[in-house]
Amino acid sequence: MRDVAIIGVGCTEFGELWDKSFRELFVEAGVSALADANVQGGKIDALYVGNMSGGRFIEQEHIGALIADYSGLASLHIPSTRVEAACASGGLALRQGIIAVASGYHDIVIAGGAEKMTDVGVETTTDALAAAADREWEGVMGATFPGLYAMIARLHMHKYGTTQEQLAAVAVKNHHNGTMNPKAQFQNEISIETVINSVMVADPLRVFDCSPITDGASAVVLAPAEIAHKYTDTPVYVKASAQASGTISLHDRPDITTLDATVAAANRAYKMAKLTSKDIDFAEVHDCFTIAEICAIEDLGFVKKGEGGKAAESGITAIGGKIPINPSGGLKACGHPVGATGVKQAVEITHQLRGEAGKRQIEGAEIGLTHNVGGSGGTAVVHIFGRER
Amino acid sequence: MSVPRFWRRLKNLYNLIGTRCEKCGENYYPPRNMCTRCRRNGKIVPFKFKGKGEVLTYTIVHSAAKDYAKHTPYILAIIKLDEGPRLTSQVICAHEDIHIGMKVKSAFRRLGEESEKGMIYYGTKFIPLETVK
Repeated sequence: MRDVAIIGVGCTEFGELWDKSFRELFVEAGVSALADANVQGGKIDALYVGNMSGGRFIEQEHIGALIADYSGLASLHIPSTRVEAACASGGLALRQGIIAVASGYHDIVIAGGAEKMTDVGVETTTDALAAAADREWEGVMGATFPGLYAMIARLHMHKYGTTQEQLAAVAVKNHHNGTMNPKAQFQNEISIETVINSVMVADPLRVFDCSPITDGASAVVLAPAEIAHKYTDTPVYVKASAQASGTISLHDRPDITTLDATVAAANRAYKMAKLTSKDIDFAEVHDCFTIAEICAIEDLGFVKKGEGGKAAESGITAIGGKIPINPSGGLKACGHPVGATGVKQAVEITHQLRGEAGKRQIEGAEIGLTHNVGGSGGTAVVHIFGRER
Repeated sequence: MSVPRFWRRLKNLYNLIGTRCEKCGENYYPPRNMCTRCRRNGKIVPFKFKGKGEVLTYTIVHSAAKDYAKHTPYILAIIKLDEGPRLTSQVICAHEDIHIGMKVKSAFRRLGEESEKGMIYYGTKFIPLETVK
């Protein structure tokens, strides 16, 4: 296997982008990644596109061909593959791209993700997202995604004494980080009171505990590490790419408050990178709900099980803290265009490791981790990136 | 869900019939046709659950997908059946009474409907085992 590097990144702004279509969003992200890498389109060997539900959100399947065509790559007949794993579609597309380069099958690969979620009403969006759970045995019983994570939160509070204010602290911290990210959907500060007094979605989760519905796209350009310096002075090296499956239904999870796919993917990633959780300087984790960030930092090994609630409250996960989490603003404030999210996490890590993250720059960042989850934990993807090969 | 997709599961949904692996004794609800322990070596047969269990965790859903929107707020829970398996269902009781560890029993109830002219779904929900005072 060959070492792989990210040589260029691109991302659209995230938000309710009424005037932009799905294809326009992806092309915008892809073009900016290629410009960043200083690579011509004709050099691309393959394209991987993370997308959860083109079929439900824009009534469009065959996303791979659509994207290749509108990226001007159809006449070059560049292979283009759509990758789907619910909200982990982006992370998985990135992993497929990395595997393609590592194996030697392709040299220059674009891994991207896109989702256009605001062309349909909120009830349709809720139902499309619920398809990430087991339709026959969760969805039909009235389960929604906030409902599933709310049941994780309820049990976490019961077992570990996690409080409503600790959940809210995650949202407050991520909104603060979002104020320093010009691409973020929400760039405003909020308070604990804003969160705990907001509308109830699924008790105990309120609307400010939930990531928003977002349009957006992101892309990275991958190359073999040995030629990365031909394209950029600041390649970011992939130190590990790991993926794990878990039960699709939350009720079948051995411990409802542990995403054991995250634990498995993280252990594989640490082993591959020959690192431990202590070596990670910062991380972009899958905070689709505030409780999800709390579980993530526990399951990734940054804090002990049950102590995730205290982390945001005590400030250790803030920029400048012991283990900064979600400097981009995370899914909560940067936004969550589901197919794009896993790739956007790698874009943020790249900006941080290159030292170009502006006001939200983490000083001395050398090693960053991304964590992308599909559904309530049926899929987990963990990547580790470093400034040094 | 489409009519045939729902119809195919009627006996499971109405009567709480799951499956059991005769080889290792593991019970499954929702039903599985492959034992997760024995895999290909298992022997799967139908198994009827008694319908008693306890609430492992719960939420009160205030914002639902389209077929369920008019039922909000409702209690969604993960129930651990006495025979072992866990499932997701709704609990019918006063919202202030629901709690982790509550003993419940199954009840045949309407799950939802597609539209005024659409199909009505029935299935198994849960009610408190003893009247809560």
